[in-house]
Amino acid sequence: MKYDLILAGVGGQGILSIAFVIDRTAGLQGLNFKQAEVHGMAQRGGAVESHLRLSDGVIYSNLIPKGRCDLILSVEPLEALRYVDYLDPDGRVVTSSVPYINIPDYPPIEEVLAALKRVKNSLVVDAERLAREAGSSRAQNMVMLGAAAAFLPLDTRHLRTAIEELFSRRGEKLVAVNMRAFELGREAGLKSLASLEA
Amino acid sequence: MAREKLVLLGDEAVALGAIHAGLAAAYSYPGTPASEIMEYLIQASDGGKKLAASWSVNEKVAYEQALGVSFAGRRALVSMKHVGLNVAADPFVNSSLTGANGGLVVVVADDPAMHSSQDEQDSRFYAQFAQIFCFEPSTHQEAYDMTRQAFDLSEAVGLPVMVRLVTRLAHSRSSLEPRPPVAPKPLVYGERSHWTLLPINARRRFRLVLDKQAELRKLSEESSFNELRLSRSGSSLGIIASGIAVNYVLESFEEIDPEPSFLKISTYPLPEKLVRQLVERVETILVVEEGYPFIEKTLRGIVGIPGKRIRGKLSGDLPLSGELTPDSVRQALGLAPWARPEASSRPLAPRPPQLCQGCPHADTFLALKEALKDFAKPVIFSDIGCYTLGYFPPYEAIDTCVCMGASIGMAKGAADVGLHPSVAVIGDSTFGHSGITPLLEAARANSRMTVIILDNGTVAMTGGQFSYASGEPLLRIIEGLGVAKEHLRVIEPLPKNQAKNAALIREEVNYPGLSVIVAVRECVQEARKRKRASE
Repeated sequence: MKYDLILAGVGGQGILSIAFVIDRTAGLQGLNFKQAEVHGMAQRGGAVESHLRLSDGVIYSNLIPKGRCDLILSVEPLEALRYVDYLDPDGRVVTSSVPYINIPDYPPIEEVLAALKRVKNSLVVDAERLAREAGSSRAQNMVMLGAAAAFLPLDTRHLRTAIEELFSRRGEKLVAVNMRAFELGREAGLKSLASLEA
Repeated sequence: MAREKLVLLGDEAVALGAIHAGLAAAYSYPGTPASEIMEYLIQASDGGKKLAASWSVNEKVAYEQALGVSFAGRRALVSMKHVGLNVAADPFVNSSLTGANGGLVVVVADDPAMHSSQDEQDSRFYAQFAQIFCFEPSTHQEAYDMTRQAFDLSEAVGLPVMVRLVTRLAHSRSSLEPRPPVAPKPLVYGERSHWTLLPINARRRFRLVLDKQAELRKLSEESSFNELRLSRSGSSLGIIASGIAVNYVLESFEEIDPEPSFLKISTYPLPEKLVRQLVERVETILVVEEGYPFIEKTLRGIVGIPGKRIRGKLSGDLPLSGELTPDSVRQALGLAPWARPEASSRPLAPRPPQLCQGCPHADTFLALKEALKDFAKPVIFSDIGCYTLGYFPPYEAIDTCVCMGASIGMAKGAADVGLHPSVAVIGDSTFGHSGITPLLEAARANSRMTVIILDNGTVAMTGGQFSYASGEPLLRIIEGLGVAKEHLRVIEPLPKNQAKNAALIREEVNYPGLSVIVAVRECVQEARKRKRASE
């Protein structure tokens, strides 16, 4: 078994928190993983990406070859499009529909969403709405992790454990908000999976 | 029972290896992608109870402190990003002559593709220059194991040892199995005739370094980290790969038909015997290495190897700049790219990094631009830090960025030949690192220039490390260098102060001598962290 993910978003959106949860879950499940991330200058409001590879065998390359990525998990729609080149022909995109506009030449959002629709197997989620419903718009990253969870080869129980570990340092309230965000995202993901299988 | 596995960054794997090797002290200056080595060591030091681990004012000072630890017979680690070794080059190169008493390991993290750097220099050349042993790990386990072994080897051969990382290993997270730690060593002082590099001693010490080269080569040839697999199918292709590039080769290795011969190189000086064994068996040698074509160039020399084809970066089979990828390596291996979906072919708007919302540097730049708007050709010499992002719109404020501290020296040089206004912009930590000495010169010459020190109280770009030249101490340093008190001004960069700040800057720019303006406001990221911690 191998499963390759690209996590994408904008610096400050909590991409590395998603990576932490998946890494930890992989560890709990006894899977091997390699996760490459970018620090430093690349983080300041710029595009952030992380290559995350899961396998029950040896993982060699720290980066995912183009054409081999199973899932792009993005907290921002334009950032999801940036890595479509990496997708396996059967791969999928799970992304938020909510644009993060901090550049002058951000394309019209309709165009971005239309381009995402053209990608086979794409799931677009209004992460901001669900995050607010969960109690904080900052929890969009956990909404998106939840939406992708339906497709990942990971045990939901372990994902919950890892989320709790990540946020427990910051208090019970934050654990609850992020857990709710994860569950709301997960429902959206499961619904999409059901419609794909129908 | 399976041994305990730990999940760590490549940087942290190095740090843990050092701790388990009985590390006594570690020094560093923040710089991507090496910062997390020291972050981990500081955490593990338990406030200095377990080991001495601290940020230094710059890499040269860090190296010299590590050298002092080695003199005292204890194990020392000094870590930095690749360009940091330029700053530490003086003690580094000479430390091969003093030799190491306690194990001395220098970890350098290169940044090919310049994710967060101003060049792609390859530290293996520095190891060769100083004629010391160098490890180049491919995996987290190797980063841990090699760092441990580096300390033993340093003491065995009496020389410092380098561990070379690259961004993709330094900043990858994966698991490794640690081994039981060994205890730190007691103090045993160095021999003064080794450590006093007067010509009479240095000549003898240099001879010794030269004499040790054969031993280093033998250690490299016998290292279990190198691996030669000769093809059983008699393939005419041989692949030589090192460091992170090994992973990209192995990713596609099983698809190469017939199976080629393969040499994995993890140690330098090059294991010549293994290279010869591979070369004898094949007709074509493909060299895959991250960074400059170090191995390939050595192999090729000027006239090449008669009857053999050498492929790699110099032949154009792999790119000479930027990072390797599993895709570029796959192509060099002659394998077809993987099938891909029909992607959106339209190029996407790039999203470069930028100053944070509410960043004090933004307000300083806006006031500075306002102050200089009536001058025909003002020049702003800048430096290394978040404020280098002032190059981009909407600021487009800075004209140069070269290396730590260069802003002040360049502004003085330009002022010397009549450029006006000549303005230097430098952060507080960068000033402490390399800005003090050029300001001393400018103060003694009373050069017609304006220095703006952006004091946000931290090393912001790399995650908020300690800054030595900030607050009151910074002002005392500037005064102590001989800057006239009436031309040492302090401003608070806030939108509401913009007109006032611009007027003050204009006044100092018009003064026909040296002025220093310190713009004081806390980094917004640090302020946020502090607020969160107090909640």
